Amino acid sequence: MKQPITLQVNQNTYDIEAEPRRTLADALREDCGLTGTHLGCEHGVCGACTVIVDGDPMRACLMFAVQAEGRAIRTVEGLAAGATLHPLQQAFIDHHALQCGFCTAGFLMLATSLIERADPPDDQELLDALSSNLCRCTGYKNIVNAVRAASVALRQR
Amino acid sequence: MKPVAFEYHSPHSLDEALATLARVAPLEGRVIAGGQSLVPAMAFRLVRPGHLVDINGIAGLDHLRVEADELVIGACVRHAIFHRPVVAGVLGRALTDIAAHVAHYPIRMRGTFCGSLAQADPASEWCLLAMTLGARMIVRSVRGERSIPAHAFFQGVMSTDIQPDELLTEVRIPLPHAQARIGFDEFSRRRGDFALAMALVQFDLLDGRMKAVRVGVGAVEATARRIEAAEQTLEGGMPTMDRFQAAARAAAQAVDPSDQPQVPAVYRRELVESCVRRALERALSATLPKLP
Ligand SMILES: Cc1cc2nc3c(=O)[nH]c(=O)nc-3n(C[C@H](O)[C@H](O)[C@H](O)COP(=O)(O)OP(=O)(O)OC[C@H]3O[C@@H](n4cnc5c(N)ncnc54)[C@H](O)[C@@H]3O)c2cc1C
Ligand code: FES
Ligand code: FES
Repeated sequence: MKQPITLQVNQNTYDIEAEPRRTLADALREDCGLTGTHLGCEHGVCGACTVIVDGDPMRACLMFAVQAEGRAIRTVEGLAAGATLHPLQQAFIDHHALQCGFCTAGFLMLATSLIERADPPDDQELLDALSSNLCRCTGYKNIVNAVRAASVALRQR
Repeated sequence: MKPVAFEYHSPHSLDEALATLARVAPLEGRVIAGGQSLVPAMAFRLVRPGHLVDINGIAGLDHLRVEADELVIGACVRHAIFHRPVVAGVLGRALTDIAAHVAHYPIRMRGTFCGSLAQADPASEWCLLAMTLGARMIVRSVRGERSIPAHAFFQGVMSTDIQPDELLTEVRIPLPHAQARIGFDEFSRRRGDFALAMALVQFDLLDGRMKAVRVGVGAVEATARRIEAAEQTLEGGMPTMDRFQAAARAAAQAVDPSDQPQVPAVYRRELVESCVRRALERALSATLPKLP
């Protein structure tokens, strides 16, 4: 049965009605209209659906929307400040870190959570974390380059 | 696919959770912890729970502490906490080594240590740890509390002694001796994937000889288990490469791997040999981390 659920996404409040079986990913796309979060495998393998929940990256396909009530959710729609791209988004463009773009929102949110951490990951940790998501186009190298560059840019701001 | 419809319960105390679980257990009720195994299984409709009892909102289930000679890990402790050593010495380092192999980074942010044990996947790193080091699982229901030793807890592929109305509240791992060495190794084809073989070893190094040797192998049979033949090869001996190799070969002989087209039994035996040897080498060579 549908029930009222309140989600905080990118500091906006969304009052939706959904069944408990609604995943966070589906709720974001279907009920909040935030289709920037993509769904690839829907079982935790590909990482396309990665969003940030209370500061940590999580698979939005492996969490139910009811479980996300009262938690601060960030999606790709919240990265840019108006017309100004987030440094990581700019770095993805500068380093040619996307082709079809299907995986991009997931990678952006995963990497954002990492480079914004108070104790930013060292290179080994960064590679380990980035190995969480799949990209069928780029061959990963440019994604890694973009994240490294953005990590530096963010610290120089 | 999408999961079947279910009723969602979000108790705030352990007592409330146990009462709810007792009520919904006969109605295909289940605990949800991190959901990182359960939700995929629900998406495939391999499991169709009628009720989910979410333990994430229960205060005080995320305890992680040393009590007497045991490390106690509560039901809501996530894999990611082990990214940094949580106890001094070899155990802290071993947990950190192992955690890096459990799934992917975002999954480790949400999935729980105890959930892994409850799931009892044959290739679960934490199940291998529990079996090899001789952990105890504490389960509770409205009927009372039980402490289950690892060898009785794991009953087969994704099957444990936890009853439908019981909640795994914590796992207790015996702290190794000061002279202990621990080493882990696994092989998987892609980073973060479930392993094809893994080994965990522990021994005390006393006067240059190995005592109280434990050799565990996982991802090869229905459940992880200790390999006596390999332990006997090492017990009382000096840690030499030849002896490590002999123990690794003994382990490869002793296991009974399934024969699959993509992973033939003979290949898995060879992986067991490599993993056991490397785990022993790692145990001997590893330096200890400093606690933050
Ligand atoms: C892509 C991917 C790769 C993965 N790779 C690995 C890997 O390499 N190694 C590995 O070990 N795991 C891996 N996992 C699984 C992951 O580690 C899970 O986090 C873990 O297996 C289950 O923990 P959970 O907290 O998510 O449990 P859940 O998914 O919430 O629950 C799993 C099962 O245990 C039961 N349960 C959970 N907690 C309790 C409790 N306290 N009391 C009673 N019953 C309980 C549930 O009812 C359910 O049946 C992977 C998962 C994914 C999606
Ligand atoms: S859609 Fe969530 S991990 Fe693939
Ligand atoms: S850019 Fe196409 S999948 Fe990554």
